[in-house]
Amino acid sequence: MKTLARYLRLFRVQVRMSLLVGMQYRYDFVIDGLLSIFWTITALVPLFVIFHQRQTIAGWSFPAALLVTGWFTLLEGVLEGAINPSLSGVVEHIRKGTLDFVLLKPADAQFLVSTTKFEPWRATNVLTALALFVWAFLQMGRAPDALGLLEAGVLLIAASLVLYSLWILTVSLAFRVVKVDNLTYLFSSIYDAARWPISVFQGFLRFVFTFVIPLALMTTYPAQAMLGQLPGWKLLASVCGACAFAALARAVWLRSIRHYTSASS
Amino acid sequence: MSVRNTLRAFPTLLRVGFSEAVAYRAEMLIWVLATTMPLVMLALWSAVAREAPIGRFGQSEFTAYFLADFIVRQLTGSWASWQLSFEVRTGTLSMRLLRPIHPLMAYAAEQMAALPMRILVALPVAAIGLWLVGAKHLPHSLGMWALWLLAMVGAWLITFLANVAIGSLALYMESSLKVMDAWVALFFVFSGYLIPVELFPSGLRAVTNWLPFRYQIGFGVELLTSGYATAADTLPFFLRQWMWVAILGGLTVLIWRRGLRRFGAYGG
Repeated sequence: MKTLARYLRLFRVQVRMSLLVGMQYRYDFVIDGLLSIFWTITALVPLFVIFHQRQTIAGWSFPAALLVTGWFTLLEGVLEGAINPSLSGVVEHIRKGTLDFVLLKPADAQFLVSTTKFEPWRATNVLTALALFVWAFLQMGRAPDALGLLEAGVLLIAASLVLYSLWILTVSLAFRVVKVDNLTYLFSSIYDAARWPISVFQGFLRFVFTFVIPLALMTTYPAQAMLGQLPGWKLLASVCGACAFAALARAVWLRSIRHYTSASS
Repeated sequence: MSVRNTLRAFPTLLRVGFSEAVAYRAEMLIWVLATTMPLVMLALWSAVAREAPIGRFGQSEFTAYFLADFIVRQLTGSWASWQLSFEVRTGTLSMRLLRPIHPLMAYAAEQMAALPMRILVALPVAAIGLWLVGAKHLPHSLGMWALWLLAMVGAWLITFLANVAIGSLALYMESSLKVMDAWVALFFVFSGYLIPVELFPSGLRAVTNWLPFRYQIGFGVELLTSGYATAADTLPFFLRQWMWVAILGGLTVLIWRRGLRRFGAYGG
């Protein structure tokens, strides 16, 4: 219990530092906000073009697909606001050998590297996502499923956990292959596939995006939950899967740290 | 910094660039994995086309289009903008300025030298494409192949020049990478990389015709998959493509020259 309290306190300190830094660059709020809207528009153009041709795609209507795009935007905010900034720093640490300083500190290294940097202004993505949700439900002329909203909340946590675990796994790669600056780029380009409902993919790709890189859990399932169409077992499987991912990431991270031989000294 | 010097040094620069590309092959592999988006889009559009073809696009047309898309992207890719902004930030650009060859030429040589490795990646995809859909979508005449090559040269130039122009913005501002992000976002939508431009609603297509992005990817892909019946049909597109090459070329020189005067070589 005492350790937990200590880590909570540490977490608060780390977040406060990031917030203070964020406050220094106040005009970033405007830039990030505008960029977020801009990204969303570019994400919507393919949707418009496709639904210009058809009423439904693989069983998804336009407003339902909008929900998926909304979840894509929301999780992009989580990814780029809370996960990417810290963890791309780790790659830099490994390359320069400065990870030693982190390892020397009397706290868990994974915890420290994962909480060093947050970009508060990426929260603008949350606003954009909310706007998309409202628009989608207005188009459908109905309200979201009440229980479904709760499920979607659970899935949001599970999805964030999976994204984070995938990042930890990717970062662990950096211990072996040193020059991996563009891992961030690879990661976000794979994540890009999450803007489409999983049912448009078939065969191999669907298998990969459901089980190996579970994009389905991140955007499709939450959207289905909001519509009240998500079977309970999928929710359960998602939560279990997310926990399994986190456990795996933790194990791989510990292994990588054990084999880490500093770069510069 | 004469033309003759540059010409004499160019083969060596290419050799150095090629060795670099071989040395960092793992990095290139990651980049190739990151550019597999056309395959995802192929899955998506196949799902759409399964019910009925869209325009002239059935499943085999989509397969041909997106495999060609992948190949064109491999052959026209450029990363000069990231490199430039990194070198300006760390001051290592001053090393390049000391050499008796124009830095922009050196960048061009480096990017060109990566082409053999890129072709190595593109070839198997081309083979798979041929095996899946046959040769029926390929250009039918030698003339069309030549036009495709010309379009690829233009596409490479637009991509490279845009990269250098935006990368040179790092001489003026800190967030040139954000500008590049915005360029890439527009590129994804309007180049035909994710959606064949022909499927755009007509209003949007008219806008796209005048933007540079289509001439980076879509135009080359369309030529490679017989999107144009005759050579005359391609003329308006070639004019616009080379118009953009000229515009971006002028812009690059302007931004570079004025920016270099402000360059302080911090940390170098």
